[in-house]
Amino acid sequence: MTTLEEVRRRAEADAKTFGYYLTPQPELLQGFLEGLKTNEDRYGYPSCPCRLASGIFEYDRDIICPCDYRDPDVAQYGSCYCRLYVNKQVYESKDLPEVPERRPVEKQARAYGTQAAAAKQAPAQGTQEKPSAKAEKTPSGVKKKLWYCKQCGYVVFREDPPYICPICKAKREMFAEIESTVEFNG
Amino acid sequence: MQFSKVSGKKNNHKVTLYALSTCVWCKLTKEYLNENNVEYEYIYVDLAAENDKQKIHEIIQSKSGSIAYPTTIVDDKVVITGFRKDKLKEALEI
Repeated sequence: MTTLEEVRRRAEADAKTFGYYLTPQPELLQGFLEGLKTNEDRYGYPSCPCRLASGIFEYDRDIICPCDYRDPDVAQYGSCYCRLYVNKQVYESKDLPEVPERRPVEKQARAYGTQAAAAKQAPAQGTQEKPSAKAEKTPSGVKKKLWYCKQCGYVVFREDPPYICPICKAKREMFAEIESTVEFNG
Repeated sequence: MQFSKVSGKKNNHKVTLYALSTCVWCKLTKEYLNENNVEYEYIYVDLAAENDKQKIHEIIQSKSGSIAYPTTIVDDKVVITGFRKDKLKEALEI
């Protein structure tokens, strides 16, 4: 079981690494950290306290804090969707902006009802489908691919490329899929 | 669907709050309604049954077009997404 202090230390360390600040209002910060801890205890990973998680790792991958949307949201609005992570300007002004939901609706929909329930019941093995060379299909049906950043070479094996490259800060448009082929000789 | 009811003196509107138990902004919305003595019903969607989650998804999607928490629905018509004191104040005539 994670302690609240561990959740806080992790958030502080992450903010420092990326040059962000944690929300300037102590009571809000406490609430965010408690929400993260609750989700980590409940699902096994700290999914966003402001969004509904499915409890299936592959479905929730993009909303595990710090979520996929944090960096583009801080760049555009000065804060992440929850307003846990903010930039220096927002931190100093203490004026928290409204941040619209960037997560695509089709990803949000995965947390609701039958689809999530079916995936929970599905056995981890026993699918008849053969794995493709390009995309790996997980039990939840999420197809993962290899993506690389054309600017710095960073490679990631995910459903979608990052919005911003975590290494060189290149935009999503700089990512391309790695097409792999297997040849047999002799 | 199991809603929790909070009674209040200000009961001239039907107020339904869809919230997450982990969400700070949902908590603040509840506190604001409580402070203003507003009668309302709420459900923690993250703690709801799977089939209820799907119904809630359909309700919020059809009324607001996007799904975010908290979503407050006043008189089945006015949809307020997020903790927006100004909009709550206007819709509930606080």
